[in-house]
Amino acid sequence: MENNSLIAIDATILFAGDSGDGIQLTGDQFTTTTALFGNDVSTFPNFPAEIRAPQGTLAGVSGFQIKFGSEEIYTPGDHCDLLVVMNAAALKANIKQLKSGGMIIANSEGFDTKNLRLAKYPDGVNPLEDGSLDSFKLFTLDVTKMTKATLEGSGLGTKEIDRTKNMFVLGFIYWIYNRPLEHTIKFLEQKFAKRPEIVEANIKTLKAGYFYGETSETFMQRVQVKPASIKPGVYRNINGNPATAIGLIAAAQKSGLGLYLGSYPITPASDILHELSKYKNFGVRTFQAEDEIAAITSAIGAAFGGSLAITTSSGPGIALKTEAIGLAIMLELPLVIINVQRGGPSTGLPTKTEQADLLQAVYGRNGEAPLPVIAAQTPSDCFYAVFEACRIAVEHSTPVFFLSDGYLANGAEPWRFPNASDLPEIKPNFATEEDADGKFLPYKRDEKLARKWAIPGVKGLEHRIGGLEKEHETGNISYDPDNHEFMVKLRAEKVEKIADFIPLQTLDNGSNKGKLLIVGWGSTYGSIKTAVKRALEDGYSVAHAHVRYISPMPKNLGELMKNYDHILVPEINNGQLVRILRDKYLLPAEGFNKIKGIPFSSEELYKKIISLA
Amino acid sequence: MSTIDSDTAPQAFTSKELVTDQDIRWCPGCGDYSILKQVQTVLPELGLKREEIVFISGIGCSSRFPYYMETYGMHSIHGRATAIASGLKATRPELSVWIITGDGDAMSIGGNHFIHLLRRNFDVNILLFNNEIYGLTKGQYSPTSELGKVTKSTPMGSVDHPFNPLALVMGADGTFVARSMDRDPTHLRNILKRANAHKGTSLVEIYQNCNVFNDGAFEVFTEKSSKANSTLLVEQGQPLIFGADKDKGIRLDGFTPRVVSLNDFSADDLWIHDETDRTKANLLVRFFDDASIEGQFPRPFGVFYSEQRFTYEAAFNQQIADAIASKGAGDLDKLLRGPSVWEVK
Repeated sequence: MENNSLIAIDATILFAGDSGDGIQLTGDQFTTTTALFGNDVSTFPNFPAEIRAPQGTLAGVSGFQIKFGSEEIYTPGDHCDLLVVMNAAALKANIKQLKSGGMIIANSEGFDTKNLRLAKYPDGVNPLEDGSLDSFKLFTLDVTKMTKATLEGSGLGTKEIDRTKNMFVLGFIYWIYNRPLEHTIKFLEQKFAKRPEIVEANIKTLKAGYFYGETSETFMQRVQVKPASIKPGVYRNINGNPATAIGLIAAAQKSGLGLYLGSYPITPASDILHELSKYKNFGVRTFQAEDEIAAITSAIGAAFGGSLAITTSSGPGIALKTEAIGLAIMLELPLVIINVQRGGPSTGLPTKTEQADLLQAVYGRNGEAPLPVIAAQTPSDCFYAVFEACRIAVEHSTPVFFLSDGYLANGAEPWRFPNASDLPEIKPNFATEEDADGKFLPYKRDEKLARKWAIPGVKGLEHRIGGLEKEHETGNISYDPDNHEFMVKLRAEKVEKIADFIPLQTLDNGSNKGKLLIVGWGSTYGSIKTAVKRALEDGYSVAHAHVRYISPMPKNLGELMKNYDHILVPEINNGQLVRILRDKYLLPAEGFNKIKGIPFSSEELYKKIISLA
Repeated sequence: MSTIDSDTAPQAFTSKELVTDQDIRWCPGCGDYSILKQVQTVLPELGLKREEIVFISGIGCSSRFPYYMETYGMHSIHGRATAIASGLKATRPELSVWIITGDGDAMSIGGNHFIHLLRRNFDVNILLFNNEIYGLTKGQYSPTSELGKVTKSTPMGSVDHPFNPLALVMGADGTFVARSMDRDPTHLRNILKRANAHKGTSLVEIYQNCNVFNDGAFEVFTEKSSKANSTLLVEQGQPLIFGADKDKGIRLDGFTPRVVSLNDFSADDLWIHDETDRTKANLLVRFFDDASIEGQFPRPFGVFYSEQRFTYEAAFNQQIADAIASKGAGDLDKLLRGPSVWEVK
């Protein structure tokens, strides 16, 4: 390792450029390389809604932020140490993210007159030259020109050469942070296996970027971030959507059920469909339906037939599924409804994250229609939380909501993955021919108040189910007023009873009495954890509880919250969990909200915490 | 579906055993009674196991049907029976799945799932009860009500051009297209048997009289006085002949069908019905004019089109089998491990 490297505990890089510049790929490569190196990492991709927004414009800027460290990392970082910009628009859109004194690497070709105009800089103004960036360390290089020079005589066309320029940047960044090139070389060899000339060009450019750092005698300070001393074990890198997909397959294997996914493409949930479609050899059946309604109703059909049935979507799609969710509640069949939340209402902000749909999940149906709701808190937690959603659906014969969001879906972190044998069994409660003895009662319940799963093909259990109100036990249609009230309360009690089968609420950090308790849910976990840790180190009286079971809530949550003077509920919405807590526990919980399509910074949370603790 | 040969296998259950203990709630005189009776009569003859039969319906008068069938059943939500059946059949291809739907359920609120089920060609049977009215909601016009229909929601007459259901089905590449009616039990039973035998989506449109809100909608096809001149029973390999005296026929003049007199032409000159001919089937389903008007085409009944095409569930499950054959059954530990790992000591 270089002796002149600066040793840093952590570093945050923000890569930004046109959505066609290969920014996401560059970020992914850096993430995997640095994770393989042994750092703890957390990432946050941020891309425009349009696949190819007009080149060079602010609307077309795509970003990828990564924080990595030799200590545990819980967020992708509030501000970056290094901002890599491929054009003027990328600089303009992201400069506020850079720490004062931070470093900028700018591709000078992206600051020509045309690009400056597209980024809406006034005529004649070039931020690289007018001194406006003097408080930062600015490093300009002509990536395009150097890439061209590298691939001169390669026989590739201008366009193909231009497409490799992100590799030059990546190589240079690898040099700065002392990272090996092997992983990316291997990746390129696999990705372009059918086009060896493209593999060669990309590797050549990648190496050119690295050697450029080595030979150009730049003023650039190299940085060394040592491997993290995290819990021993074997790790992999994981994003939220793939973790969700793997969790579903694991639940299918552990329950002995076939996995069925009914889905309709929607951002940011589609990757779960893509991922599951790859695993047909696990017996995974994925059905791209004609619309959101067919996606869920086909899943209801598969559930009736005895599959572990799933439907995936995001807010607007969930709205379309609403009536069918009510049917699943009435049918009392296992079903997992996955909402990878995004900014709303309506089409809203498809590519931006928001904890937008908690109230929709808990309350958003006609009639008295309660169901369990579970929320994942980190990318790798998507695996465990969705596995738990499947367990509850199958063992309690009910549809279950699983909430993820755009930030979890696309964010990545290292994961000390479990062995298959460590995962608990899930036990389906199938009715058998013996249940037909005498007369089969499809709505007879067990001690969990769950009904048995009687699937077509079993002799003697022929029965009819449907959306009309059911008579207790027989499941026959009933308009009896007393029966209706009884059944409404029974269905609610059944969901409430799940509280007996879930863990009690624990504190993530802090002591069990004090001035301030932060109650979070979902993807705010990392930011809250970072802020609370810092506040505790600074001597403030604060604790953190992160609620995974939104419905029913852990039985001790109410008691736990009474031990603090203040309850603060930070959410990336206009205040949703806070309403439920106030309603359920009659506590003066206070909201702390951000609705900008981006996560909390731990800094803003820290400031809020110390104002109350 | 079960592969037992229906001619030789003993009946596994009787028609009586298909009757449930639920009171039937259709209006007295409703055409649904006859359809239920024909289905209960035919099912034991098809060589199916009762526990492998599933009836799935949406919402509407006809959709109460599953409650009266002692099989597996689901009375679901409006328009979605087709989509629910798709998920069931995709995952349980051995089941005999019957979809009960109406004109509003299938073609208004459920129009999208209806056409997609047809193009995918799941091996299911759709019984489309067409009464050209909304009965359950007490008498609004439906997507098959005739232009100018006066109902509660259209006091000045409907301005909606109606669907021609079977033309829609042909347009969606349905592989089995047939029409029958509640008032002709023998014909209906035969068509139901044909529908069951077809491997693929079998669509049977059944003209069903709603004697409360749209009584007599199909009278011209059912009343003795008008039936012979306004209906055309098509049979495979037979010339298209109709009329009280069997003296009228349909002749193809190029691609143009014409009603001709058998005084002028012999049966050999007429259009010979061939249910495998898509072009002819497309013409036949277009015989949709007011058949009570002299000189118009009669309304055809029977199997218009039948095509062998791979079923969705077969291809869908073949991919699973192929993936297992080529990659081996999935290894969860390998999946958890992912493409690359590192060890922290």
